[in-house]
Amino acid sequence: MATSGLEQLCSAKEVVVSTGSGGVGKTTVAASVAATAAAQLDAKVLVLTVDPAKRLASALGVQEFGNVETQVERAAFEQAGVDPAGELWVAMLDTKQSWDDLVRQHAPDAATRDAILANPLYQNITGRFVQSHDYVAMERLYEIHASGRYDLVVVDTPPTRNAVDFLDAPDRMADFFSSPLLRWLITPYRSRLVNLASKPFYTVADRILGTQFLEDIAEFFILFQTMYDGFVERARAVTTLLGGPQTTFLVVSTLEVAPAREAEFFLDLLAGRRYHVGALVLNRVLPEFLLDRSATAVARRLTHDAADLSEVFRSPLGVGDDEPLESVLGQVGQSYLDYQVVARREAEQRAELSSTPDLCLTVPALEGDIHSLGGLLDLGGRLWT
Amino acid sequence: MGRSALGLLERRLLFVTGKGGVGKTSVAASIGWLAATRGQRTLVCEVDAKGNLADFLGVGPLQFDPVEVRPNLFAMAMDTEASLREYLRLNLRVPLVARLGPVARTFDFVANAAPGVKEILTVGKLAYEVRERNYDLVVVDAPATGHVVGQLASPVAINDLVKVGLVRSQTDWMIELLTDADVTGVVVVTIPEEMPTTETLELIERLQAETDIDVASVVVNRVLPEIFSRPEAAVFEQLRSSAGIDVLRGELGPAVDEVVAGADLAVRLRRSRVAHLTRLREGLGGDVPLLYLPFLFHRAHGVRATSVLADAIGDELGY
Repeated sequence: MATSGLEQLCSAKEVVVSTGSGGVGKTTVAASVAATAAAQLDAKVLVLTVDPAKRLASALGVQEFGNVETQVERAAFEQAGVDPAGELWVAMLDTKQSWDDLVRQHAPDAATRDAILANPLYQNITGRFVQSHDYVAMERLYEIHASGRYDLVVVDTPPTRNAVDFLDAPDRMADFFSSPLLRWLITPYRSRLVNLASKPFYTVADRILGTQFLEDIAEFFILFQTMYDGFVERARAVTTLLGGPQTTFLVVSTLEVAPAREAEFFLDLLAGRRYHVGALVLNRVLPEFLLDRSATAVARRLTHDAADLSEVFRSPLGVGDDEPLESVLGQVGQSYLDYQVVARREAEQRAELSSTPDLCLTVPALEGDIHSLGGLLDLGGRLWT
Repeated sequence: MGRSALGLLERRLLFVTGKGGVGKTSVAASIGWLAATRGQRTLVCEVDAKGNLADFLGVGPLQFDPVEVRPNLFAMAMDTEASLREYLRLNLRVPLVARLGPVARTFDFVANAAPGVKEILTVGKLAYEVRERNYDLVVVDAPATGHVVGQLASPVAINDLVKVGLVRSQTDWMIELLTDADVTGVVVVTIPEEMPTTETLELIERLQAETDIDVASVVVNRVLPEIFSRPEAAVFEQLRSSAGIDVLRGELGPAVDEVVAGADLAVRLRRSRVAHLTRLREGLGGDVPLLYLPFLFHRAHGVRATSVLADAIGDELGY
């Protein structure tokens, strides 16, 4: 059954995941949905974001996002002319901090915990190489949801290379820790009885990377394996949550070629896994009046006959002889025609989005430019009913 | 006085990066296209396996082995496993490699377990092509802003972690090549919107703090035209007043409303971008040369868009 807005979705679900390729405005959409849910529903709502714009932080009236959950003050809503029915909380994902928390939680004892936190590889993995982003984002979502602190969690997904990476991240992590190859690799380091140099792999690896580095790696994974059960169990739980009835996905896209293709791919993939897709949100869409046929004829006439028309219009418009009327008329016609090309391109992309969900919402160009909580609530209100 | 981007194509290794959705791949393809058109033997390499580069060059899926897609223009897709195999073949005795068994099994471990290995295999392969002078110019469609610093810093990171061994002896020449501003440069693509502007400024700060690699240019993509000069804007205000619209309707019919609304939208869209352009310019403070590329009001995408954009880059570079 088709619904007309996000109200029903936010009332029925506990987790809303905002997805889409980079630069389509999914963070803004997530914040708008969360703010509107907090304003409209008697619910405690959290928006978990990854890398918010500073303007978004100030729009929400918080100085700074952090790993801790912060409440947006009622005063901020009241300033926007809204008496909120619920509460809005915000938190940002701090990858490094979240990893450290995970280690503290799963490490069997203090010595292992400290050894992991101090391992140079651990610091590199969590700090410099950010593929680990996907996993902790989903892990954190799970932790927050499982805590029961919120009625609704709206989560913005990290800027992965591919919009679906984060979905597979828990499974990848579990696979990795249970990989026989990993065990095969670190076994010789556990028992010093084996002569490493006798095995071709270690000979090669040693020549390429050096023994110390290999030992660092092995130590790291031996330590990490003590947390194996905890990790795998967690990863399974996260996957179950994402596919469960309490979770829905919003797919956000613009109607440019690349994001629209990625959105289509993502919609298919979610459908294939039987995940619940609540809505497709098309952001920054040019208005339909740019496709008007009779306006096209007028625009053409303006560009072709600008000189003649400027003679006709000059005196009735009260434009002075020295003022540039001809060039303005020509430009008015030309810019309509230029933007029409883009609007047509968008209409074609929209037609190509074949597997759209029941609910498809559109945000016009310029209205996604948010400067205040009021702006977020306006945008959310447009999506709401 | 700001630095100039005019010598961009005289470098030999360009990493093109930018926030997702700003047209990074399209700009990388266009820079390669322009260089090849000007007679430089050019390699364009896609690093994220997204496959968009092939679309922009109008060819089928790219492989690790480069193909000549048009005269002087070669294209490849990075495959770190193939890069490792090539590296081992070049650096180790063959029998040893044969005894290794399927490289894939070991690779699975190496790439996932050891941080920076995938990155170093990518950067290493590209730097190798430059060092061997196989091409006049290598253009890399590099990872997006969030990942590119990790990649560019990987030789230094590996140098810190790995104290001895073959890799260690390799990273030294790589670092030398990457930090030579006459050879290597980063091109940051952006668009005049809030997050891309912020990320661009942050990226440049990080590149300068965490690497010694030169930022060759910031390319501002999809710049909307300023459609009216100041006197023209005054006339346009008269046109769109209710009295003005009535006059236009008398001659052109009611559909003129939409046309004027379209021009008004064009003005407002442009205006919404100006603040970001200003912030970008001020944030860069003349340290990094800027190139401006126009928004393309074109039907076509793919290879046609690449050639149009290549022309626009050529204009900006003074060709």
